[in-house]
Amino acid sequence: MVNLEVKIHNLTWKNPVSTASGTFGYGEEFAEFMDVNRLGAIFTKGITLENREGNPYPRMAETASGMLNSVGLQNKGIDHYINTIYPGIRHYDTHIIPNVNGSTIEDYITVASKINAVEGIHAIELNISCPNVKAGGMAFGINPKTAAEATKAVRDVYKGTLIVKLSPNVTSIADMAKIVVDAGADAISLVNTFLGIAINSETRKPILGTITGGLSGPAIKPIALRMVWDVYKAVKVPIIGMGGIMNATDAIEFLLAGSSAIQIGTANYIDPAISIKILEGIEEYMIRQDIKSVTELTGAMKIS
Amino acid sequence: MKKVEDFIVLNHKWLNYKTFIIELEATEKLQDIHPGNFAEIAITNSPKVFLRRPFSVYDVNPAGNTISFFVKVIGEGTRLLGETKKGDTLNLIYPLGNSFTVPVSGHVLVVAGGSGVAPFILYGKEIKKHPVKATFLFGARTADEIVLTDQFRALGEVLVSTEDGSLGEKGLVTRHSALSKDQLPYDFIVTCGPDAMMKAIAKIAKEKGIACEVSMENTMACGFGACLCCITPTTRGNLCVCTDGPVFNVNELKW
Repeated sequence: MVNLEVKIHNLTWKNPVSTASGTFGYGEEFAEFMDVNRLGAIFTKGITLENREGNPYPRMAETASGMLNSVGLQNKGIDHYINTIYPGIRHYDTHIIPNVNGSTIEDYITVASKINAVEGIHAIELNISCPNVKAGGMAFGINPKTAAEATKAVRDVYKGTLIVKLSPNVTSIADMAKIVVDAGADAISLVNTFLGIAINSETRKPILGTITGGLSGPAIKPIALRMVWDVYKAVKVPIIGMGGIMNATDAIEFLLAGSSAIQIGTANYIDPAISIKILEGIEEYMIRQDIKSVTELTGAMKIS
Repeated sequence: MKKVEDFIVLNHKWLNYKTFIIELEATEKLQDIHPGNFAEIAITNSPKVFLRRPFSVYDVNPAGNTISFFVKVIGEGTRLLGETKKGDTLNLIYPLGNSFTVPVSGHVLVVAGGSGVAPFILYGKEIKKHPVKATFLFGARTADEIVLTDQFRALGEVLVSTEDGSLGEKGLVTRHSALSKDQLPYDFIVTCGPDAMMKAIAKIAKEKGIACEVSMENTMACGFGACLCCITPTTRGNLCVCTDGPVFNVNELKW
């Protein structure tokens, strides 16, 4: 028997496989395809303070080995999440981890405070890639000062495990990791999507309604792996790695680069049962490589 | 119940140089499928085709455990689907989406433009189980693009418009004489095709006070309500075409 348990700060996951926010709905959408109880955690769809209708259509462009999206955090707001959605999914035998978003520091504080009062939720993922309306729409997470401010403000009101999700659209992701850890992050998840553009050369128009969108899928995997490795060398907190994981081999690469756990994102769209297949693939790999505990794989890339 | 399942390619029937019907055999017992439902088909042999492709179910044969899709070649994904061979395996997520209302009496007008005919063989078969009169009105640019009229004649009256006048009435399908009378004899209209056509049909239906449902096409990443990419603005906010649709009552749409 191999031991798949991992610890993310003071939270024990039964295994390192989780699903990325925005790609797995609230879990229920996948219940017909797989047993969601088998996951280590579910990062649910991004929540904001108020109801958001999201961005205009078109919101998606397929690209080489990946896709761009500009969904724009369509959701019904934190009160709806707490009163309507969470009661319907809290029975799942896995960690439900909400993904917290804001347009201002005050938004982040309000959403995090409300979740802090919910029994049964033991962790949040702070998305600092949101545009900061008070800074002309520049994302909190690409400026060291605002990234630290958002993290610190949420840390002050949120008592559970605080996971900060980093934007890869920065010069030094290792520096950003250090900044958010100094500001109180208990763990880091990375990477969020890379900003990109798709253009139709015939019509000369951008394909996305918002012109730019976030790139995900296997196209970003090598860069995401490098960023996980950079962050692993820079900070001591657990890392939840993601970026183009399509199969168990990809997931293991993320563990070897320094992740304690992984998130599966875009792959959920192509095979809604992929997360369970990846979990089983990790287990098979451990048996084959004679690895007793999955924690042995974290940062175990052999260099020399 | 939605499933992810392998199917075996049985045959392709090419209707013209860019349109074919592909018939697939289920490897497990075929799920219940309603007219308007769709499937997401994985096309795995090209790096350019990353996501599945959604297709309306064209027909089902429960006795033979087969399902078929009407496909028009428009890009790499549909081209590769046309190149699959008998015996190849295709992976489907199905059945997805909602379905058309099936009336049990009265006169139904079906209006389809181009590959918008896809869901209506199954629909025609379903309404034929009831004492319903069906009129199928098809539009295309030219006669070559008007396909399957014989199959539809077995299910009801068939009317045609082509923009170049090579078959049926000349002009846009939305200007067909069957739609231009002051009093229309229809109790219910269903439509599928280009947005501009469906909007024009919806406008006529609203003006005449006839209930109308449209089946929308949209770019999808997942097809089962997870990605929120395929939204359409409605009176209930932005809804997913894949799970809240693809069939919508026109009164619900912000058209």
